[in-house]
Amino acid sequence: MSSQVDKNKVVAKRLLLAVIGMFGFGFAMVPLYTLICDVTGINKVGDASEGRVALEDVIHGGVNEDRLINVEFDVTLNGDLPWDVEPEVKKMQVHPGKAYEVVFTAVNKTDDNVITTAVPGITPWQATEHFSKVECFCFNQQKLKPREVKAMPLKFVIANELPEKYGTVTLSYTFMNTDRSKVNKKVASIH
Amino acid sequence: MLFVKRLKYLAAMGLALFAGAAAAEYGLNLPEPVSPVTRDIYNLHMLTAYVATVIMIIITTVIVYALIKFRKSAGYEADQNFHVSWFGKWAWVLVPVVVLGIDLSIAGKAANTFALVEDTTEPDMTLKVTGSQWKWTYDYMDEDIRLVSNLKKHEPDSELYLRDVDNPVILPINKRIRFLHTATDVLHAWWVPALAYKKDSIPGYINETWAIIEKEGVYRGQCAENCGTGHAFMPIVIHAVSEDKYASWVAEKQAEKAKAAAEATSDKEWTMEELMARGETVYKTNCVACHQAEGQGLPPAFPALKDGPITVGPVEGHIDIVVNGSKNNPVMVAWKNALNDLEMAAVITYERNAWGNDTGDVVQPSDVKAAR
Amino acid sequence: MSTDVAHDAHHHGPPAGFRRWLFSTNHKDIGTMYLIFALVMLFLGGASAMMLRAELLYPGIQILNPDLYNNLLTNHALIMVFGMVMPAAAGMANWMIPMQIGAPDMALPRLNNLSFWLLPFAGTMLIISMIAPYIWGDTPVNTGWTLYPPLSVQAGIGMDFSIFTLHILGISSILASINIVTTIINMRAPGMGWMDMPLFVWAWFLTGLLLIMVMPVLAGGVTMLLFDRHFGTAFFDAAGGGDPVLFQHLFWFFGHPEVYVLLLPSIGVLGLIVPTFSRKPLFAYKPLVYSMMLLCALGMVVWAHHQYTVGMSEAVTNYFMIGTILISIPVGYMLFSFIFTMWRGSMTFETPMLFAIAIVLMFSFAGVTGVMLAVVPADLQYHDTYFVVAHFHYALIPGAVFGLYAGVFYWLPKWTGNMYDEKLGKIFFWWTTISFNLTFFPQHFSGLAGMPRRIVDYSPIFLEFNFISSISAFAFGASHLLFLYIIIKTIRGGEKAGDMPWDGAQVGTTGLEWTVPSPPPFHTFEEPPVLKAK
Repeated sequence: MSSQVDKNKVVAKRLLLAVIGMFGFGFAMVPLYTLICDVTGINKVGDASEGRVALEDVIHGGVNEDRLINVEFDVTLNGDLPWDVEPEVKKMQVHPGKAYEVVFTAVNKTDDNVITTAVPGITPWQATEHFSKVECFCFNQQKLKPREVKAMPLKFVIANELPEKYGTVTLSYTFMNTDRSKVNKKVASIH
Repeated sequence: MLFVKRLKYLAAMGLALFAGAAAAEYGLNLPEPVSPVTRDIYNLHMLTAYVATVIMIIITTVIVYALIKFRKSAGYEADQNFHVSWFGKWAWVLVPVVVLGIDLSIAGKAANTFALVEDTTEPDMTLKVTGSQWKWTYDYMDEDIRLVSNLKKHEPDSELYLRDVDNPVILPINKRIRFLHTATDVLHAWWVPALAYKKDSIPGYINETWAIIEKEGVYRGQCAENCGTGHAFMPIVIHAVSEDKYASWVAEKQAEKAKAAAEATSDKEWTMEELMARGETVYKTNCVACHQAEGQGLPPAFPALKDGPITVGPVEGHIDIVVNGSKNNPVMVAWKNALNDLEMAAVITYERNAWGNDTGDVVQPSDVKAAR
Repeated sequence: MSTDVAHDAHHHGPPAGFRRWLFSTNHKDIGTMYLIFALVMLFLGGASAMMLRAELLYPGIQILNPDLYNNLLTNHALIMVFGMVMPAAAGMANWMIPMQIGAPDMALPRLNNLSFWLLPFAGTMLIISMIAPYIWGDTPVNTGWTLYPPLSVQAGIGMDFSIFTLHILGISSILASINIVTTIINMRAPGMGWMDMPLFVWAWFLTGLLLIMVMPVLAGGVTMLLFDRHFGTAFFDAAGGGDPVLFQHLFWFFGHPEVYVLLLPSIGVLGLIVPTFSRKPLFAYKPLVYSMMLLCALGMVVWAHHQYTVGMSEAVTNYFMIGTILISIPVGYMLFSFIFTMWRGSMTFETPMLFAIAIVLMFSFAGVTGVMLAVVPADLQYHDTYFVVAHFHYALIPGAVFGLYAGVFYWLPKWTGNMYDEKLGKIFFWWTTISFNLTFFPQHFSGLAGMPRRIVDYSPIFLEFNFISSISAFAFGASHLLFLYIIIKTIRGGEKAGDMPWDGAQVGTTGLEWTVPSPPPFHTFEEPPVLKAK
């Protein structure tokens, strides 16, 4: 009988190891997910710190003067962020392989310091891998002092490889307050 | 009452109605599609529904036959070797062959429809749809127009109860429209079954859908992804109009906008009537969700404005709480970032004189400017 | 160690008083406690469903405010899934698996005690999660059982209690699964090979493995949620480089296999009932076992079909669609096998068999609407509507709950030694299946007509279907009072049941539970039984 008990303990321990392994797997999903998204192109929130490329790496193919692509800029303010953010142009036409610069102007309308992250998103998502940012305010958190007005440059290149069927690319930024306690304020519920 | 009427109608229809799954005119099925994508989806839905019906008929027939034939009370002796007969040995091959055949024919059609869903042909116009707790904001990206669309109240016995908004979306027919979906706080989903299938609105994400509306009319829908307390109260209304009408609406909107910008900065002295009219509009867009239509509020979180200590008290205190927000209650935000001086002056005037508050105070934009 | 206690008990019979239950290591007693707990939770979860349906009887807000409505909705799901179906299935596993495979008890009796006694704590925690928001004055858990962020990050302190509830329930079910899987691997009577096991044992073996694989992932996911809420991490917050959709992936990586965790034990029960009352062996036993394995394997890799609308790439979406549609093969096998077990059988229609036949029909219906939902473009319309609500209630009520009811009627004579009242059983069957269908069938139409789920109030254009649904739901709820009465009546007495109350079990099943008396003595199979050579 005691050999039966030992056998049971062995099996149970192995199963417990599987449980611990799967718990770890849950957490491993966090980096894995980013990796899988990169590889397979599942749409996801752009990782702000990555995506920076050196200019010479993206313009090597030369400029395609024959092709024009519409690029649109769009801004969403998350959680009633008390800022104004405007791109200098909402729409422009670009040649693939050429670098362009657009300045976004941000205004902090409050009397407090506000730090934000700009989360980029591109539609159609298939264009994401061909849209390279050489310089972007989204690489770092942006801190604005009370009432400060700041010019934030974005420098980008669209690669020649962007398939012909995509004539318009929309670059959308969601500005999020990094102080999340300011965002999740709707806790007072309706009773 | 509408309930009673409809219930009587229902009783008259009887349960036999449920069998007729195609009775589209009575809302038993997806609404009639008015866009190429939703039409394709509709056809796919009907195909799978028919396949499902046929499968159910076959299964039911086989079972009913078995129940009648192979029962002990009918004297049937169980065939103890059935499961080891040639049929018992080889029947397992049947299942994957039949099921796969049906599955893959559906999947093939579905993949084609999905390619149409994902089609990114150049659009004629783009409408950005932003979900927030608990309203929709629409940006006409090419025209620089913004609409904020809130629930419009009706009584529960009205057909329009929870299906109507203050500012409907105006869209032209026969234009390829691209919808961009995002949200500012939690998940939402913009769903108008006749023409706009679901793609979630997710903060930080941008999702894309498209439609070509083929028929003028009013199309309704509502938020489909649970977004908290007000989830049931954020409907969507689309008015699809001819291209001409759309163009004149755009021109009108832009003229209005230019006028509003000019007025807000002018030093004009406004009359009580003008401010009351504007104030009511501002109130219904910005304040009504918490302080309610009759100013009764939802205490304790949202105090009543009717006979409120601030709204009938000294006018300076009222201006201060609207401009700078409440020091005690973080839900009452400072409106100076969202509204201009004229709008704030109007809404304060409105609040001080509506619902029997009747203070007679008229607040001018210059008073608000001084409090900033 | 653990068996020392069991050994002592062997010779003294059950201890008296509360100690018998509190310190129990006896699989039958623990099984009974699981079943009673599940019955209590059935009425709690049912009561919350009744309140939801009462609110939805007419348009307009009558009895529940929006947050309370969604709080009850969340708890209805959590109670029914984690508090009712899983404990009931675990209770049957505790009672029947050792008896079916000829083992004296579960492999780890003390662990067994622990995994049961965690449940009342979890139940208490769940009740606190409902009350806490009113004490602290913040938002109730209004997210639905999926707990999607950012809404779940906004919610008040009740959410933390819900997360702890899930943790405790998770630990409980993982421990129970380890125990059951170990029992099945190690404790089978000599001569009982893998392919001789009753289908119920197979079903629970796979269920246990699934739970061991996926429950920890849910625990990880809700732990991250807890961290996001209180410790400033940003797993699911784009502002800190996280991603709200990641939670959906984690949740459904657990959530989809969870559906099979709920279904499989009942499929196992049907695998015994159908042959018993058809008086011939299960048709295609081996393909059925393999198809259950295939079901589990496929079930692990198709989770994202719950989130077609989040915007995934075409290739990924098509993968998930095809994977999901392929699930119809193993499910098809199950239905096929049950139908052909009836074919050329000699059927009688006692209550368990009536349930089994109804389940085959209604679960087929859930299967075909499941294929409709799996088709991505169509799902972009169905997603988050009452069509989905109707589909999963058709899958889970017949597929899981009715399967357990059938099991209760099937084994009550064995557990109590008394036959249940057959006439009342049949009344219960017709009452509950008819009212169930009238409740949920109309919801397919309200979904197609455009009614989203998780809304406290709706437009009168959806009135008719909701009215029928609500009235039928009250009848469905009321039928369970009869169920309770039948169970109590059977426990208190009735016609004595023999060792093998169902004559068909002789040819229909291979389990050893019929070789012991009804009710079985406190200890069974202290000496391993000897199986007849085949």
